[in-house]
Amino acid sequence: MKELRVLLRYVLLGAFLGIAFTKGEVISWFRIQEMFRFQSFHMYGIIGSAVAVAALATWLIKRRGMRTLDGQEIETKVKPSAGLNYRYWIGGSLFGLGWGLLGACPGPIYALIGNGVSVMFVALFAALAGAWAYGYFAPRLPHH
Amino acid sequence: MIETLSQPWPWWVAGPLIGLIVPLLLLAGSKQFGLSTSFRQICAATAPGGIEYFRYDWKRGMWRLMLVLGIIGGAAVAATLLANPDPVVGISQATHADLAALGINDFKGMVPSEFISWSGLLTLPGFVMVVVGGFLVGFGARYADGCTSGHAISGLATFQFSSLVAVLGFFAGGLVATHLMLPLIFGAW
Repeated sequence: MKELRVLLRYVLLGAFLGIAFTKGEVISWFRIQEMFRFQSFHMYGIIGSAVAVAALATWLIKRRGMRTLDGQEIETKVKPSAGLNYRYWIGGSLFGLGWGLLGACPGPIYALIGNGVSVMFVALFAALAGAWAYGYFAPRLPHH
Repeated sequence: MIETLSQPWPWWVAGPLIGLIVPLLLLAGSKQFGLSTSFRQICAATAPGGIEYFRYDWKRGMWRLMLVLGIIGGAAVAATLLANPDPVVGISQATHADLAALGINDFKGMVPSEFISWSGLLTLPGFVMVVVGGFLVGFGARYADGCTSGHAISGLATFQFSSLVAVLGFFAGGLVATHLMLPLIFGAW
Protein backbone atom coordinates (compact mmCIF):
# COMPACT_ATOMS: atom_id res chain seq x y z
CA MET A 1 0.00 0.00 0.00
CA LYS A 2 2.73 2.39 1.03
CA GLU A 3 4.66 1.51 -2.11
CA LEU A 4 1.67 2.26 -4.31
CA ARG A 5 1.23 5.62 -2.63
CA VAL A 6 4.85 6.46 -3.33
CA LEU A 7 4.48 5.44 -6.99
CA LEU A 8 1.39 7.65 -7.22
CA ARG A 9 3.60 10.66 -6.44
CA TYR A 10 5.46 10.09 -9.68
CA VAL A 11 2.27 9.70 -11.70
CA LEU A 12 1.14 13.10 -10.38
CA LEU A 13 4.53 14.70 -11.08
CA GLY A 14 4.40 13.22 -14.57
CA ALA A 15 0.92 14.66 -15.13
CA PHE A 16 2.17 18.08 -14.05
CA LEU A 17 5.00 17.73 -16.55
CA GLY A 18 2.70 16.51 -19.34
CA ILE A 19 0.51 19.60 -18.90
CA ALA A 20 3.50 21.98 -18.84
CA PHE A 21 5.05 20.29 -21.92
CA THR A 22 1.78 20.62 -23.83
CA LYS A 23 0.77 24.14 -22.80
CA GLY A 24 4.33 25.45 -23.20
CA GLU A 25 4.29 23.96 -26.73
CA VAL A 26 7.60 22.23 -26.03
CA ILE A 27 6.11 19.25 -27.86
CA SER A 28 5.38 21.25 -31.01
CA TRP A 29 7.40 20.22 -34.06
CA PHE A 30 6.95 23.82 -35.26
CA ARG A 31 8.45 25.27 -32.07
CA ILE A 32 11.52 23.03 -32.35
CA GLN A 33 11.99 24.22 -35.94
CA GLU A 34 11.67 27.82 -34.76
CA MET A 35 14.40 27.12 -32.20
CA PHE A 36 16.84 25.50 -34.65
CA ARG A 37 16.27 28.43 -37.03
CA PHE A 38 16.95 30.99 -34.25
CA GLN A 39 13.68 32.76 -35.06
CA SER A 40 12.17 33.07 -31.60
CA PHE A 41 13.25 33.22 -27.98
CA HIS A 42 10.46 30.88 -26.82
CA MET A 43 12.32 27.55 -26.57
CA TYR A 44 15.54 29.18 -25.34
CA GLY A 45 13.51 30.94 -22.65
CA ILE A 46 11.91 27.65 -21.61
CA ILE A 47 15.14 25.66 -21.42
CA GLY A 48 17.08 28.56 -19.85
CA SER A 49 14.52 29.31 -17.15
CA ALA A 50 14.01 25.59 -16.43
CA VAL A 51 17.76 25.15 -15.89
CA ALA A 52 17.93 28.28 -13.70
CA VAL A 53 15.03 27.17 -11.48
CA ALA A 54 16.39 23.62 -11.26
CA ALA A 55 19.90 24.83 -10.37
CA LEU A 56 18.69 27.26 -7.72
CA ALA A 57 16.31 24.77 -6.13
CA THR A 58 18.88 21.96 -6.11
CA TRP A 59 21.41 24.28 -4.48
CA LEU A 60 18.86 25.22 -1.82
CA ILE A 61 18.03 21.58 -1.13
CA LYS A 62 21.71 20.75 -0.68
CA ARG A 63 22.47 23.84 1.37
CA ARG A 64 19.58 23.26 3.73
CA GLY A 65 20.37 19.55 3.93
CA MET A 66 16.71 18.82 3.11
CA ARG A 67 15.37 15.27 3.17
CA THR A 68 12.84 13.40 1.06
CA LEU A 69 9.16 13.16 2.04
CA ASP A 70 10.05 9.83 3.67
CA GLY A 71 12.92 11.35 5.61
CA GLN A 72 15.74 9.86 3.53
CA GLU A 73 18.88 11.73 2.68
CA ILE A 74 18.84 13.40 -0.74
CA GLU A 75 21.60 12.38 -3.08
CA THR A 76 22.40 14.62 -6.02
CA LYS A 77 24.41 11.98 -7.82
CA VAL A 78 27.08 13.15 -10.19
CA LYS A 79 27.53 11.57 -13.58
CA PRO A 80 31.15 10.68 -14.37
CA SER A 81 32.19 14.05 -15.72
CA ALA A 82 35.07 13.18 -18.00
CA GLY A 83 33.80 15.79 -20.44
CA LEU A 84 34.91 15.25 -23.99
CA ASN A 85 34.24 11.52 -23.96
CA TYR A 86 33.19 10.17 -27.35
CA ARG A 87 29.86 9.07 -26.02
CA TYR A 88 28.74 12.60 -25.15
CA TRP A 89 29.58 14.35 -28.37
CA ILE A 90 28.91 11.54 -30.84
CA GLY A 91 25.83 10.27 -29.03
CA GLY A 92 24.68 13.84 -28.44
CA SER A 93 25.01 14.78 -32.12
CA LEU A 94 23.13 11.66 -33.25
CA PHE A 95 20.39 12.47 -30.74
CA GLY A 96 20.30 16.04 -32.08
CA LEU A 97 19.83 14.80 -35.65
CA GLY A 98 16.83 12.80 -34.48
CA TRP A 99 15.48 15.69 -32.41
CA GLY A 100 15.68 18.03 -35.40
CA LEU A 101 13.91 15.57 -37.70
CA LEU A 102 11.22 14.26 -35.35
CA GLY A 103 10.80 17.56 -33.52
CA ALA A 104 10.38 15.69 -30.25
CA CYS A 105 12.72 14.34 -27.60
CA PRO A 106 11.74 11.43 -25.33
CA GLY A 107 9.40 13.31 -22.92
CA PRO A 108 7.52 15.00 -25.74
CA ILE A 109 7.16 11.69 -27.63
CA TYR A 110 5.12 10.43 -24.67
CA ALA A 111 3.27 13.75 -24.34
CA LEU A 112 2.34 13.70 -28.03
CA ILE A 113 0.86 10.23 -27.59
CA GLY A 114 -1.23 11.72 -24.77
CA ASN A 115 -2.22 14.52 -27.14
CA GLY A 116 -3.69 11.92 -29.47
CA VAL A 117 -0.97 12.14 -32.15
CA SER A 118 -1.16 8.37 -32.54
CA VAL A 119 1.57 8.10 -35.19
CA MET A 120 3.95 8.89 -32.31
CA PHE A 121 3.55 5.22 -31.33
CA VAL A 122 5.60 4.54 -34.47
CA ALA A 123 8.18 7.12 -33.36
CA LEU A 124 8.27 5.51 -29.90
CA PHE A 125 8.74 2.07 -31.42
CA ALA A 126 11.53 3.45 -33.63
CA ALA A 127 13.15 5.06 -30.57
CA LEU A 128 12.96 1.74 -28.69
CA ALA A 129 14.55 0.04 -31.69
CA GLY A 130 17.27 2.71 -31.57
CA ALA A 131 17.87 2.14 -27.85
CA TRP A 132 17.97 -1.62 -28.50
CA ALA A 133 20.46 -1.15 -31.33
CA TYR A 134 22.62 0.93 -29.00
CA GLY A 135 22.58 -1.88 -26.43
CA TYR A 136 23.51 -4.37 -29.14
CA PHE A 137 26.42 -2.34 -30.55
CA ALA A 138 27.55 -0.75 -27.28
CA PRO A 139 30.55 -3.08 -26.75
CA ARG A 140 31.92 -2.02 -30.15
CA LEU A 141 31.25 1.73 -29.90
CA PRO A 142 33.84 4.24 -28.68
CA HIS A 143 32.83 5.61 -25.29
CA HIS A 144 35.90 7.19 -23.76
CA MET B 1 -9.50 30.80 -15.22
CA ILE B 2 -9.83 27.86 -17.62
CA GLU B 3 -9.84 30.37 -20.49
CA THR B 4 -6.51 31.84 -19.39
CA LEU B 5 -4.96 28.40 -18.84
CA SER B 6 -6.18 27.26 -22.25
CA GLN B 7 -4.05 29.82 -24.08
CA PRO B 8 -0.51 28.62 -24.88
CA TRP B 9 1.66 29.41 -21.86
CA PRO B 10 4.51 31.91 -22.32
CA TRP B 11 8.05 30.64 -21.78
CA TRP B 12 8.35 32.34 -18.39
CA VAL B 13 5.46 30.24 -17.08
CA ALA B 14 6.19 26.88 -18.73
CA GLY B 15 9.99 26.99 -18.29
CA PRO B 16 10.12 27.50 -14.50
CA LEU B 17 7.36 24.90 -14.00
CA ILE B 18 9.35 22.34 -16.01
CA GLY B 19 12.46 23.24 -14.02
CA LEU B 20 10.61 22.60 -10.76
CA ILE B 21 10.35 18.91 -11.63
CA VAL B 22 14.04 18.53 -10.71
CA PRO B 23 13.70 19.54 -7.01
CA LEU B 24 10.28 17.87 -6.78
CA LEU B 25 11.78 14.53 -7.84
CA LEU B 26 14.58 14.98 -5.31
CA LEU B 27 12.04 15.64 -2.56
CA ALA B 28 9.73 12.84 -3.65
CA GLY B 29 12.42 10.21 -3.34
CA SER B 30 15.89 11.47 -4.27
CA LYS B 31 15.32 10.75 -7.96
CA GLN B 32 17.24 12.24 -10.88
CA PHE B 33 15.19 13.66 -13.74
CA GLY B 34 15.86 11.77 -16.96
CA LEU B 35 13.37 10.26 -19.39
CA SER B 36 15.36 8.39 -22.04
CA THR B 37 16.32 5.73 -19.48
CA SER B 38 12.69 4.62 -19.84
CA PHE B 39 13.67 3.31 -23.32
CA ARG B 40 16.33 1.11 -21.74
CA GLN B 41 13.85 -0.10 -19.15
CA ILE B 42 11.19 -0.97 -21.73
CA CYS B 43 13.77 -2.85 -23.85
CA ALA B 44 15.02 -4.70 -20.76
CA ALA B 45 11.45 -5.63 -19.81
CA THR B 46 10.29 -6.76 -23.24
CA ALA B 47 13.24 -7.79 -25.43
CA PRO B 48 16.50 -8.07 -23.47
CA GLY B 49 17.86 -10.52 -26.09
CA GLY B 50 20.71 -11.60 -23.83
CA ILE B 51 22.36 -8.19 -24.30
CA GLU B 52 24.59 -7.04 -21.45
CA TYR B 53 23.14 -3.49 -21.48
CA PHE B 54 19.64 -4.81 -20.80
CA ARG B 55 20.64 -7.30 -18.11
CA TYR B 56 19.80 -5.23 -15.04
CA ASP B 57 16.94 -4.73 -12.63
CA TRP B 58 14.73 -2.38 -14.64
CA LYS B 59 11.98 -2.58 -11.99
CA ARG B 60 14.08 -0.48 -9.62
CA GLY B 61 13.29 2.43 -11.92
CA MET B 62 9.55 1.82 -11.72
CA TRP B 63 9.11 5.41 -10.57
CA ARG B 64 10.28 6.60 -14.00
CA LEU B 65 7.73 4.46 -15.81
CA MET B 66 5.08 5.98 -13.50
CA LEU B 67 6.37 9.43 -14.48
CA VAL B 68 5.94 8.44 -18.14
CA LEU B 69 2.36 7.27 -17.52
CA GLY B 70 1.67 10.59 -15.80
CA ILE B 71 3.09 12.54 -18.76
CA ILE B 72 0.76 10.73 -21.16
CA GLY B 73 -2.24 11.33 -18.86
CA GLY B 74 -1.36 14.96 -18.13
CA ALA B 75 -0.88 15.66 -21.82
CA ALA B 76 -4.31 14.14 -22.52
CA VAL B 77 -5.85 16.46 -19.90
CA ALA B 78 -4.07 19.47 -21.41
CA ALA B 79 -5.20 18.50 -24.92
CA THR B 80 -8.86 18.16 -23.94
CA LEU B 81 -9.77 20.30 -20.91
CA LEU B 82 -7.17 22.97 -21.70
CA ALA B 83 -7.19 22.79 -25.50
CA ASN B 84 -5.94 25.88 -27.35
CA PRO B 85 -8.90 27.92 -28.64
CA ASP B 86 -6.89 28.55 -31.83
CA PRO B 87 -5.34 25.32 -33.14
CA VAL B 88 -2.88 27.18 -35.42
CA VAL B 89 0.53 27.40 -33.75
CA GLY B 90 1.74 30.94 -32.98
CA ILE B 91 5.24 30.60 -34.42
CA SER B 92 7.14 33.54 -35.86
CA GLN B 93 6.41 34.77 -39.39
CA ALA B 94 9.94 33.87 -40.46
CA THR B 95 9.55 30.22 -39.41
CA HIS B 96 6.12 30.07 -41.02
CA ALA B 97 7.61 31.33 -44.29
CA ASP B 98 10.60 28.94 -44.16
CA LEU B 99 8.40 25.91 -43.51
CA ALA B 100 5.89 26.94 -46.18
CA ALA B 101 8.82 27.13 -48.63
CA LEU B 102 9.71 23.53 -47.70
CA GLY B 103 6.19 22.45 -48.67
CA ILE B 104 4.32 22.50 -45.36
CA ASN B 105 0.82 23.97 -45.60
CA ASP B 106 -0.93 22.77 -42.45
CA PHE B 107 0.11 24.64 -39.30
CA LYS B 108 -2.64 23.31 -37.06
CA GLY B 109 -1.87 21.21 -34.01
CA MET B 110 1.50 20.10 -32.66
CA VAL B 111 2.94 18.47 -35.79
CA PRO B 112 2.70 19.04 -39.56
CA SER B 113 -0.01 16.44 -40.11
CA GLU B 114 0.50 16.18 -43.88
CA PHE B 115 3.75 14.40 -43.04
CA ILE B 116 3.73 13.38 -39.38
CA SER B 117 0.65 11.15 -39.48
CA TRP B 118 -0.20 7.58 -40.48
CA SER B 119 -0.73 8.52 -44.13
CA GLY B 120 2.30 10.82 -43.95
CA LEU B 121 4.50 7.78 -43.27
CA LEU B 122 4.09 6.94 -46.94
CA THR B 123 5.81 10.20 -47.91
CA LEU B 124 9.61 10.43 -47.90
CA PRO B 125 9.75 13.40 -45.45
CA GLY B 126 7.20 11.78 -43.12
CA PHE B 127 9.02 8.46 -43.06
CA VAL B 128 12.42 10.05 -42.44
CA MET B 129 11.11 12.39 -39.72
CA VAL B 130 9.14 9.76 -37.79
CA VAL B 131 11.06 6.51 -38.32
CA VAL B 132 14.65 7.66 -38.91
CA GLY B 133 14.23 10.58 -36.48
CA GLY B 134 12.71 8.34 -33.82
CA PHE B 135 15.46 5.74 -34.20
CA LEU B 136 18.19 8.38 -33.84
CA VAL B 137 16.49 9.86 -30.77
CA GLY B 138 16.55 6.46 -29.07
CA PHE B 139 20.03 5.44 -30.24
CA GLY B 140 21.63 8.83 -29.60
CA ALA B 141 20.04 9.37 -26.19
CA ARG B 142 21.27 6.03 -24.88
CA TYR B 143 24.72 6.46 -26.45
CA ALA B 144 25.01 9.93 -24.87
CA ASP B 145 23.65 8.54 -21.59
CA GLY B 146 20.86 11.09 -21.46
CA CYS B 147 18.51 13.29 -23.43
CA THR B 148 17.12 16.79 -23.08
CA SER B 149 15.79 16.11 -19.58
CA GLY B 150 18.84 14.33 -18.16
CA HIS B 151 21.56 16.43 -19.81
CA ALA B 152 20.05 19.78 -20.85
CA ILE B 153 17.97 20.32 -17.69
CA SER B 154 19.20 18.08 -14.88
CA GLY B 155 22.83 17.94 -16.01
CA LEU B 156 23.29 21.63 -16.78
CA ALA B 157 21.52 22.56 -13.53
CA THR B 158 24.17 20.62 -11.58
CA PHE B 159 27.01 22.01 -13.76
CA GLN B 160 28.13 18.73 -15.33
CA PHE B 161 30.73 19.36 -18.02
CA SER B 162 29.77 16.13 -19.79
CA SER B 163 26.18 17.40 -20.05
CA LEU B 164 27.38 20.63 -21.63
CA VAL B 165 29.27 18.61 -24.25
CA ALA B 166 26.17 16.49 -24.89
CA VAL B 167 23.93 19.56 -25.21
CA LEU B 168 26.33 21.16 -27.71
CA GLY B 169 26.08 17.88 -29.63
CA PHE B 170 22.26 18.04 -29.47
CA PHE B 171 22.36 21.48 -31.06
CA ALA B 172 24.96 20.59 -33.68
CA GLY B 173 22.83 17.62 -34.75
CA GLY B 174 19.62 19.65 -34.71
CA LEU B 175 21.15 22.35 -36.90
CA VAL B 176 22.34 19.77 -39.45
CA ALA B 177 18.89 18.13 -39.47
CA THR B 178 17.12 21.48 -39.89
CA HIS B 179 19.37 23.19 -42.41
CA LEU B 180 20.74 20.26 -44.45
CA MET B 181 18.57 17.18 -44.08
CA LEU B 182 15.09 18.72 -44.15
CA PRO B 183 15.75 20.68 -47.40
CA LEU B 184 17.14 17.47 -48.92
CA ILE B 185 14.23 15.18 -48.05
CA PHE B 186 11.56 17.80 -48.86
CA GLY B 187 13.38 18.72 -52.06
CA ALA B 188 13.57 15.12 -53.21
CA TRP B 189 9.87 14.58 -52.46
